Amino acid sequence: MLQLSRDDLIHAYTRMRTIREFEERLHIEFGNGEIPGFVHLYAGEEASGVGVCQHLNEGIDYIASTHRGHGHCIAKGCDVNAMMREIFGKEGGLCKGKGGSMHIADFDKGMMGANGIVGGGPPLVCGAALAAKTLGTGGVAVAFVGDGGSNQGTTFESMNLATVWKLPVIFVFENNGYAESTPSSWSVSSGDIVKRAEAFGMPGMQVDGFDFFAVYEAAGEAIARARRGEGPTLLEVKLTRFFGHFEGDAMTYRAKGEVEALRENKDCLKIFRAKVTETGLLEAKVMDEIDAEVKKLIDDAVADAKAAPYPPDSELLTDVYVSY
Amino acid sequence: MARKLSFRGAINEALRQEMERDKTVILMGEDIAGGTNAPGEQDAWGGPLGVTKGLQPIFGPDRVMDTPISESAFIGAAIGAATSGLRPVAELMFVDFMGVCFDQIFNQAAKFRYMFGGKAQTPVVIRCMIGAGFRAAAQHSQCLYPIFTHIPGLKCVVPSSPYEAKGLLAAAIRDNDPVMFFEHKLLYDVEEDVPEDPYTIPMGEANIVREGSDVTIVTLGRMVSLSKDAADLLAKDGIEAEVIDLRTTSPMDIDTVLESVENTGRLVVVDEAHPRCNIATDVSAQVVQNAFGALKAPIKMVTAPHAPVPFSPALEDLYIPSPEKIAAAVREVHAYA
Repeated sequence: MLQLSRDDLIHAYTRMRTIREFEERLHIEFGNGEIPGFVHLYAGEEASGVGVCQHLNEGIDYIASTHRGHGHCIAKGCDVNAMMREIFGKEGGLCKGKGGSMHIADFDKGMMGANGIVGGGPPLVCGAALAAKTLGTGGVAVAFVGDGGSNQGTTFESMNLATVWKLPVIFVFENNGYAESTPSSWSVSSGDIVKRAEAFGMPGMQVDGFDFFAVYEAAGEAIARARRGEGPTLLEVKLTRFFGHFEGDAMTYRAKGEVEALRENKDCLKIFRAKVTETGLLEAKVMDEIDAEVKKLIDDAVADAKAAPYPPDSELLTDVYVSY
Repeated sequence: MARKLSFRGAINEALRQEMERDKTVILMGEDIAGGTNAPGEQDAWGGPLGVTKGLQPIFGPDRVMDTPISESAFIGAAIGAATSGLRPVAELMFVDFMGVCFDQIFNQAAKFRYMFGGKAQTPVVIRCMIGAGFRAAAQHSQCLYPIFTHIPGLKCVVPSSPYEAKGLLAAAIRDNDPVMFFEHKLLYDVEEDVPEDPYTIPMGEANIVREGSDVTIVTLGRMVSLSKDAADLLAKDGIEAEVIDLRTTSPMDIDTVLESVENTGRLVVVDEAHPRCNIATDVSAQVVQNAFGALKAPIKMVTAPHAPVPFSPALEDLYIPSPEKIAAAVREVHAYA
């Protein structure tokens, strides 16, 4: 905790609050019928994305995300206005309105994309890490994977390859307890995902994903190891999501009162706030001000996205190839 | 200066020259060197059929990388590396193995540029072996390039000779889109004159390999030489066939085909792939849509049958289109009143 400066703490809190506000607002806008397609919300998991990405450099470090990718985008520094436009399918979106929620990306920020395919990211991250190693950039690459993705063959293959090639990769398994509707307590054969690290010849750590500081510390260790050229690390982050698998999911598979209790007792933002105020590192007033600024940022982004035009017809056939 | 070089040697030379030209070009694949960390020889194989032999000793194990047998991981890694500064050439070995890594090719590489609004660039080449005639049976003998041709965002190259392979592979490596490069394994020992200096052959430009005014034969890959053999047979009967090598199926140079059909009015399409939704059906549909008025006879297709590739040499020989079958189709189209 002590290694984080006041500016770092403000930065971390702002990003986490931005993700929360962004996702809570999308939940409402989706309910109002304003957003087309599939939307998977990250609310509740903010400490993971921000705790990891706080260590990363926009220029040289890459991340690949999952279908639940908005939080990772914001944590890696993607523009919130352009993201909102993208999710509304509007002109000026981060991907010109052609990707949407499930395929949102910004290569300029080292964000290789949310991914509509569970387990799609880990092989790509091995490639980004290989490029960093070959070109000598000093960069690392992070694969965010869910508990569902932890059971994909692509993930197993990538963990093996990363060790064999000694790649600067961090596999971050965000175990939120459910792969769609199926509990990880049932679907993950090893129980804890972290146990799989040893099988693939890499160190593993399991951390409390409700605690930003725990994630930050473990990620820091893993990322430093990668930067030293010592190879990949597995990080299992235990957390939960406040919303369903996708918007529209009635969550009948969850226990009665489960989400309410988590919101009350396991909210990473509340926990962060309590820790920094108790230790006197940051005042409540500062965070109240951030909350107000973030609320305005998201209000403005939603208003802007709603007012923005849809992409012109001419965009239908652009960007299929560089040249054809 | 040109000298005789095999199809295998031409591919090896293109890889070597492109790696010399551009340090970001790297190779990866199962056994492309072979013997990594083994007690015996390094570069023990140079690929299962020796196509990449000798490259690891020149460029080292950091640029010619053996991989575990994990096609999803290393094809995906090649794609990821392509988006972040390298120009990887990954070898899938047999195209039949696409089933274990297809997601990375068609959902990831092919779609990045479009999905991400033009921001991503994925200059990766995926080499693989295709084709029947090796007695390798159902899971090591397919063509499958029609499946990749179907997918927007991919380019597909099916070279027909050593000269073509060298120039097209160099072009593929320099291209900024993901390229599938299909090498017919029965061509590896074929030799012809190939210039020593590097050169490129642009994608999307078909090659008229034999001129003729009676019937147009459109084909690709190994079927080009079989079609030329058929044309020689037909010439003895006074039928002059024009043979067009498509070279690439995506992009496809349909204009050259249409121009030829406007002249001949008769078309035979020869494709070693299965008959449904293949390159022959694609070419036929485009010709019917765009040059219907020029046609003097129904189009004939000569393809493999709608069946897996059999093992028994007797059956496999029956399976593959032959010069005789091609010549028979041309005669039928030519005789149509």
